[in-house]
Amino acid sequence: MSVTMNSGMPKGKPLSLRMGRDDFLMRAFVLAISLYLLLSLAFPLYAMLSKAFSTYRFDLSQIEFQVSDQAGAFSGDTVTAKTLNDKLKSISGDDLATSSDGRLSLVPLFPDFSFRSPVHYKIRGTTAETVYLVGSERHVGTDWLEVDSNTFRRVVLRPVQSIGFSNFTEYFSTPSLFESIENSILISLISTVITVSLAFAFAYALNRSCMRFKGVFRLIAMAPILVPSLLPGIALVYLFGNQGMLKEVMMGESIYGPYGIVIGSVFFTFPHAMIIITTALAISDARLYEAAVSLRASAWKTFWTVTIPGARYGLISAAFVVFNLVITDFGLPKVIGGQFNMLAVDIYKQVIGQQNFEMGAVVSVVLLMPAFIAFFVDRQVQKKQVALLSARSVVFDPKPNRKFDRLCFLYCSLIGIFIVGILGVCQFAALIKFWPYDLTLSLKNYNFDRMDGGGWGAYHNSIELAALTAIFGTLVIFIGAYMVDKTRGFRVGRTFFQLLAMLPMAIPGMVLGLAYIFFFNNPANPLNFLYGTMAILVIVTVTHFYTVSHLTAMTALKQMDNEFESVAASLKQPFYKLFARVTVPVCMPAILDIGIYLFVNAMTTVSAVVFLYSTDTTLASVAVLNMDDAGDIAPAAAMGMMIFYTNALARIIHLIISKGILKKTQAWRSR
Amino acid sequence: MRTEAAFEKSAEDGHEKAYLRIDNLWKNFGEFIALKDITMSVMEGEFICFLGPSGCGKTTLLRAIAGLDLQATGTIEQAGKDISNLPPAERDFGIVFQSYALFPNLTIEKNVAFGLENTGLAKPAITARVKELLELVGLPDQGKKYPAQLSGGQQQRIALARAIATSPGLLLLDEPLSALDAKVRVHLRHEVKELQRKLGITTVMVTHDQEEALSMADRIVVMNHGVIEQIGTPTDIYREPETLFVADFIGEMNQIAANYTPADGEEKPIVTIGNKSFVCAGAAGLRAGPVIAAIRPEDIIPHREDVGPLITEPENCLTLRIDEMEFLGSFWRTRLSGAELGEVELIADFSINAVRRLSMETGKQQVIEIPSNRLKVFAAKKGAA
Repeated sequence: MSVTMNSGMPKGKPLSLRMGRDDFLMRAFVLAISLYLLLSLAFPLYAMLSKAFSTYRFDLSQIEFQVSDQAGAFSGDTVTAKTLNDKLKSISGDDLATSSDGRLSLVPLFPDFSFRSPVHYKIRGTTAETVYLVGSERHVGTDWLEVDSNTFRRVVLRPVQSIGFSNFTEYFSTPSLFESIENSILISLISTVITVSLAFAFAYALNRSCMRFKGVFRLIAMAPILVPSLLPGIALVYLFGNQGMLKEVMMGESIYGPYGIVIGSVFFTFPHAMIIITTALAISDARLYEAAVSLRASAWKTFWTVTIPGARYGLISAAFVVFNLVITDFGLPKVIGGQFNMLAVDIYKQVIGQQNFEMGAVVSVVLLMPAFIAFFVDRQVQKKQVALLSARSVVFDPKPNRKFDRLCFLYCSLIGIFIVGILGVCQFAALIKFWPYDLTLSLKNYNFDRMDGGGWGAYHNSIELAALTAIFGTLVIFIGAYMVDKTRGFRVGRTFFQLLAMLPMAIPGMVLGLAYIFFFNNPANPLNFLYGTMAILVIVTVTHFYTVSHLTAMTALKQMDNEFESVAASLKQPFYKLFARVTVPVCMPAILDIGIYLFVNAMTTVSAVVFLYSTDTTLASVAVLNMDDAGDIAPAAAMGMMIFYTNALARIIHLIISKGILKKTQAWRSR
Repeated sequence: MRTEAAFEKSAEDGHEKAYLRIDNLWKNFGEFIALKDITMSVMEGEFICFLGPSGCGKTTLLRAIAGLDLQATGTIEQAGKDISNLPPAERDFGIVFQSYALFPNLTIEKNVAFGLENTGLAKPAITARVKELLELVGLPDQGKKYPAQLSGGQQQRIALARAIATSPGLLLLDEPLSALDAKVRVHLRHEVKELQRKLGITTVMVTHDQEEALSMADRIVVMNHGVIEQIGTPTDIYREPETLFVADFIGEMNQIAANYTPADGEEKPIVTIGNKSFVCAGAAGLRAGPVIAAIRPEDIIPHREDVGPLITEPENCLTLRIDEMEFLGSFWRTRLSGAELGEVELIADFSINAVRRLSMETGKQQVIEIPSNRLKVFAAKKGAA
């Protein structure tokens, strides 16, 4: 029986909560971190979107002139620039299309102009919105301005902004750009199928066989996470490039292009897929297998009716994650893509190469689509996966089977050789004096200061960035997650925050970086001072990797007893005391995980920061890209391996600190 | 509620005052109404139990008192002060949850001391108070351990010590014993009650376990579907249930479709089961017609013969056949039937003594008496014949 609203509940305004000191404080925190996410995410994205839909054009009918005679007396008629141009055709239609920074000199409208002439010009706008510059001095509106000939050369018209789809029309009518969509989707699909298949077999071997060295294989499979995505590209160049060690294997095909991108993508997405699928396989219920055996089902049938359905959410989730990683990756196709265009590279080319920010924004919007779709499907699937997890199941315990175990070992060894091989080639390349002519070992490629890209300074900057990101990011993210989980009431604010926190996962790094240019590089923005500093790099990195960290924090917090806050309140103790004394110590493992995740990603990320670094804040990962671009491939490999060793060391330190801190703060875990 | 009014009256006469007063309280979760016009009060030093099946709103009411879940409308007054919309931290209560909610990374001492810190108390004073509390709950030498190193029962005692550490005016217990195993539960039941009596702290406990409520509470609030069915002392609730729900929920009860004839002048109220009429206690306002007659199995009295000085109400005596006997340890449960009752089967509990004395056996005839003051009638449920 359910009691419904019509059973006499008194009408009128429901009682409202009187907020205590804790409530005010916690809401203030939620608002502060929401504001942070608004400024570091929502506003920049909005700036980018509005850029994508903005076009700029000079409107010649907006300005009009009077020209004096040689004596400086005005007698002639007032004439608009448009009338003049219609007669003279000195400015073409293409010249009228411009960007937000466009400036149009008006001199071509006067064929007999000379800057030494005594002729004076009167200028005014025909509308109140007309903007023109005299030098760098801004003039607006319909007041007459009289200038001499010499000054008139420095008069430029500013363009008019209009909102519409014309950028997109232009994009889709440019075949070379449009082609990138097809390329990106195709490459991502192929890479996804290959990676997920390989990772599934690998995870299956780890979970279901009794082969030896499982721990070693797991460790090796995780290694690609520690390097920038473009590093496998460099290794592939050494292996299969024009002067590659194994060039013959390619049978005349070029590694520069789809082959290189797919192989490299498989390398750098492999650990992501493997982690997800391993988790999915690990939670499958052993009782189902016992049932299958008792029903005398064949191993083949059991595989298709028990294993695959049990892991399906993991497989789908892994597929979308890999697809998303590949389609949004920029470093790898930049290094090994050759003439093969991909969406993420297009953004880079449009922005850095052609300074066409509007078109960069348009490509960004296009790139957002598949990323968004993949993101939402993944979220849905993840929810179902959690539901499976909470069911009580019995852990599967594999039994030795010599033939099967040997097969698994062989397979995992092949994958291991591939991964170690790629890293090995990079290290080898870094130590060779001059491939392929002088194979003596030397450290000359580590002399980064003699190359483009920022030298050792870039490496130190990267470590600074990674450390700051880890510290600042962990603080913001964990406190944010705590506040959103524990604040009483305030549902609107909390929902809004959750939404903001989930958003970064759907935003490719390139897109975020470009959005930051639009938002922070705007002189009218009071936050403009951040542009070109280390701070903006920290902010963009924290924001880029916000979602995964936020989810880690939420998972840890959800495992805490919900009534801790109630107890603390009943004991009249402020929430921050509970937070410091109980929440943080109990969640310390998760907090450290967030820290190392941010550190490693800050070391390897290229896409989010490539638009934002300045000469003072060059980064190691970007240096790899730039040195490769400049042809210094060996130093690029050397720097890439420096990132690898740094991350590996960071992981080891993380492990030691974790163990140490856990011993101290988690003593209660042992009985 | 009749009983409530009566109690308040007597309370006023005895100069006792209501410590906690709840007036016209409503709470909804969207369309679902969880609490419906709750009005009640708790006297100073009283031990009150909210008793009811899961989903009846008892925990919601407790959380409203604590300020953890705000009611939609209605007022709550504690010690003469309106606390209706105060945040929990500004109310005066200690709380113990089913999950204990002990801070896992703090030692027992630190857990108990948590509420004492920053209250102006000096360190030695805190240490002394913690020691005193741990002795009070019977765990004086466990202070250095972590919660996970204690048993469930011990953890719950620590949670209790933590809740009363700051000497709150009101102690709230949210199913505190439900997570414990049966033996520990019975033992702790007694200890909690002892402690409450010693401290004289006004206590509200939520439970779905009627035995717990009956053995611990001064008064029980029986709830169902968001409304209060009855408020009364354990004996009141057990012996004089006001509604069929209370009669059914607490203890065992034979429920028999019957016909009712109200009292008329000299005539006593009569309830007819099958072909047999019994004198019964009657119910105010109940009209003649189909009703549910109710009698507890242990209230049925066995006799050797249907005449004799032991029988007080010969008109409520009859002879039935023993269909089945089930040994339940401290008593025998029997199923009785007879032509006079028609299809109806009565369940009666007889002491081991009585069974031996009267040499009862399956298949034998047995004289029983149904005391008229124990035979209750309730309005028949709608739709049921």
